[in-house]
Amino acid sequence: MHPYLAGLAGGALIGLSVAGLMLLNGRIAGISGLVAGLGQDRGERRLTDLAFVAGLISGPALFAWLSGAWPEMRFVASLPVLALAGLLVGFGTRLGSGCTSGHGVAGLARLSPRSLMAVLTFLAAGMLTVAALRWLAP
Amino acid sequence: MTARLAAALAMGLVFGLGLSLSGMLDPARVQGFLDVTGAWDPTLMFVLGGAVTVALAGFALARRLPQPVLDARFDLPTNRRIDAPLLGGAALFGIGWGLSGLCPGPAVAALSTGAPPILVFVPAMLVGMAAFRLVQARRG
Repeated sequence: MHPYLAGLAGGALIGLSVAGLMLLNGRIAGISGLVAGLGQDRGERRLTDLAFVAGLISGPALFAWLSGAWPEMRFVASLPVLALAGLLVGFGTRLGSGCTSGHGVAGLARLSPRSLMAVLTFLAAGMLTVAALRWLAP
Repeated sequence: MTARLAAALAMGLVFGLGLSLSGMLDPARVQGFLDVTGAWDPTLMFVLGGAVTVALAGFALARRLPQPVLDARFDLPTNRRIDAPLLGGAALFGIGWGLSGLCPGPAVAALSTGAPPILVFVPAMLVGMAAFRLVQARRG
């Protein structure tokens, strides 16, 4: 399958998941919020969030079983850079109340101006960061 | 509650399957999308376009329902302010995303691959989230 077509089809599945979690359970499928909630929430909410995250983690294994190959992953950053990036992603997504799923998919689909501004900001910051990386190490 | 648990599990599985099919588990491809001055890879636009289109239809349907199928009420964000925490947080996230090519969804999903870089990134992300909670608690 062409990467663009696989992207479109995979994206449609992500949209189905976001729509389904809202229609069935009334929840926004924002991954940073769900993951952070595992350490904060109690009771049923914690269990349903845990179930979603367990499903999410099993997704690539199901893909490998169905397609016969694990999804391709090419890592570019060194481990210290990944650690720094992880800290920034964790802190930033909590401060900004969302990431690519909560603001990017659910927020845009809800036509939220707040999410649109978040998406434009993290896209711009990501693009500037990659441009800086290319400039430092061409 | 069992039905809600099963729904959450199934939707998580569909999300993880979609991420895997979309190619967004691949940090090099994500960085390729952000690399607008270099060899730009537009795949992420197709992923976001497909996802937002389907989610848009789902949310349009949700607005017509009095309540979700399996629960008493829709839990929707109420904060509408575009303020410094929103933009500052998004900027910090964007820098980390650009450095690594990883955001929370693909990183968490990829835990099942056991890839060593993921086993560094995800714990660091959890530390970042915990650090935010500490800062927030101190500021009251």
